[in-house]
Amino acid sequence: MLAYLVKRVFQAIGVMLVISLIGFAIQDNLGDPLRELVGQSVTEEVREELRDQLGLNDSFVKQYSRFLGNALQGDLGTSYFFKEPALDVILKKLPATLELVFGATLIIVGLSVPLGVYTAIKPNTILSRIIMGVSIVGISIPVFLTAILMIYVFAVGYGWFPSFGRGDVVHVFGYWDTNFASVDGWMHIILPSLALASIMLPLFIRLIRAEMMEVLQSEYVKYAKAKGIHPSRIYFVHALKNTLLPVITVGGVQIGTMVAYTILTETVFQWPGMGFMFLEAVNRVDTPLIVAYLIVVGFIFVVTNTIVDLIYGLVNPTVNLARMGA
Amino acid sequence: MSLLSVRDLSVKFAMRDHSVTALKGIDFDLAKGERLGIVGESGAGKSITGFALMNLLSRPGFIDQGKILFQGKDIVHMSDAEMRTIRGNRMAMIFQDPMVTLNPVLTIGQQMVETLKAHRKLSKSDAEQIAIMKLRQVYIPSPEERLNQYPHELSGGMRQRIVIAIALLLDPELIIADEPTTALDVTIQADIMELLLELCQSSKVGLILITHDLGVVSQMTDRTLVMYAGKIIESGRTSEIINDPQHPYTQGLINALPQQTEPGRRLKQIPGNMPSLTGIPDGCAFSPRCEFATDQCRITPPEIVQYEHVAVACHEVNRLHHVTSKGLDK
Repeated sequence: MLAYLVKRVFQAIGVMLVISLIGFAIQDNLGDPLRELVGQSVTEEVREELRDQLGLNDSFVKQYSRFLGNALQGDLGTSYFFKEPALDVILKKLPATLELVFGATLIIVGLSVPLGVYTAIKPNTILSRIIMGVSIVGISIPVFLTAILMIYVFAVGYGWFPSFGRGDVVHVFGYWDTNFASVDGWMHIILPSLALASIMLPLFIRLIRAEMMEVLQSEYVKYAKAKGIHPSRIYFVHALKNTLLPVITVGGVQIGTMVAYTILTETVFQWPGMGFMFLEAVNRVDTPLIVAYLIVVGFIFVVTNTIVDLIYGLVNPTVNLARMGA
Repeated sequence: MSLLSVRDLSVKFAMRDHSVTALKGIDFDLAKGERLGIVGESGAGKSITGFALMNLLSRPGFIDQGKILFQGKDIVHMSDAEMRTIRGNRMAMIFQDPMVTLNPVLTIGQQMVETLKAHRKLSKSDAEQIAIMKLRQVYIPSPEERLNQYPHELSGGMRQRIVIAIALLLDPELIIADEPTTALDVTIQADIMELLLELCQSSKVGLILITHDLGVVSQMTDRTLVMYAGKIIESGRTSEIINDPQHPYTQGLINALPQQTEPGRRLKQIPGNMPSLTGIPDGCAFSPRCEFATDQCRITPPEIVQYEHVAVACHEVNRLHHVTSKGLDK
């Protein structure tokens, strides 16, 4: 178990190194930092001197190691626009994004399992056909369009929900303000969460349905029937446990992907998270912030996947983590 | 009263706009504690018969007509809830491949305890005690530890022993074993069969053994049904069928056994293949592969008639018996 954990951590470090290399390559090649730092009137000699002082004339390897060394100490550069450390800017925006992803995950987990199981057990009912039909629509429409439609119908049309922002947030600690502690906060997070879930939820319903239908054809399900086991136990113990194993793996990857999808959702709902911030940073050519965003999102991706792999090993008895570490 | 009576059982598979017949006119009885072998090539309908007896046919298969009387009650028209009280309780089934029969994510203990609890009001620890006792009966070493193990931690032979133990959990009247050793190593096959025979004899459990292995049938069973293309073509006492088969198909099966051929010679085989369900020929289904077939065989399906000591479905059984006994005399 411990050996496996160590192995996974080393893999994660490898992936982070590749991400940092890409991040550094962007910073190194996107525009001239001198132009951001000094005005038009500075002469070429002074510029060259400044480049030397800033280390911009050093070799690629030397510059990259310096970038990596700083990154390890939490210094991902300074945002041109905010004039603050890029990591601080992102960490301030991170809680809003994580809460949005959490809201969407709640919706996905809460709905995909019962709906997926139902459509697998009773594939020919009208309700199943409606669920499958709507899910195709959900997958097909891009997130930003779903978000705009939701605002149009539920915020503008019916006026049930607010159309933008986080509303009344309650301070928890540090940079963390939460939406989940006030009614107004809840009202604000419902539409963005639904919009963010609109692609993943149908995907998971269909995935669970397909896996479940396959499992229901298996010999061990037939055998459980031959033992006289009650259908509810067959569905929810024998079949569901086997169904969820591959779903967990896909789920881990998709949580990371959802963090990326927040760029669209946050922009449409003016949600003050790091996705919205990223789009603004691109517009302002705020290179350090773009690079920092890339590295932070990559880090979230790697961490969630490592955790999910560990959970998978604990849930699936046929995976022996102790042996996999060897 | 016999334990199990099957009367004119017919099973069909529903296709898009029609249905094909998989079993037709299956008739047989099983006395309490009797052991019956069902033999035939792949596709003869042996396994379908087994699943039909448990009322466990999965779509698109369904019982079209006929009766299956188990302890006097017709299970064909039973509700699911009523059927569940019989399955695993009075009638247990052993599946073909123990590698895929047990649920990979549940422990042996969970899978045994749930079976007991489905049929009896028991505490978990009482159920575990019964499970341990049954595991001991099938010679599983250190049964207490097995309860916490998962199927993948055990060998194929061990798993099939556990499946047998699960079949015995509630002391059923009938065990249906569908090719219980086909998926196992040859060295383990004999052990498992011996175990099954010993347990059936000692606790007077009825056994329906579905197999293609005539050697196994001759050692294990009292009576034998030979199936071909969804019908019973010959039935009778196992010793009669093995020693004096009447139907040309049964004769072919027995002649194909390696023991029937001198070493170094090619094994005798029945020419051709079993027809598929959609292409069963008119008349006797075996006629295209039968060297004795006449025009009548190709037109009218033969009825089952009593001949010598067995029941056989063959128009030419009279002539055939004459020919083969002469042949054997030589």
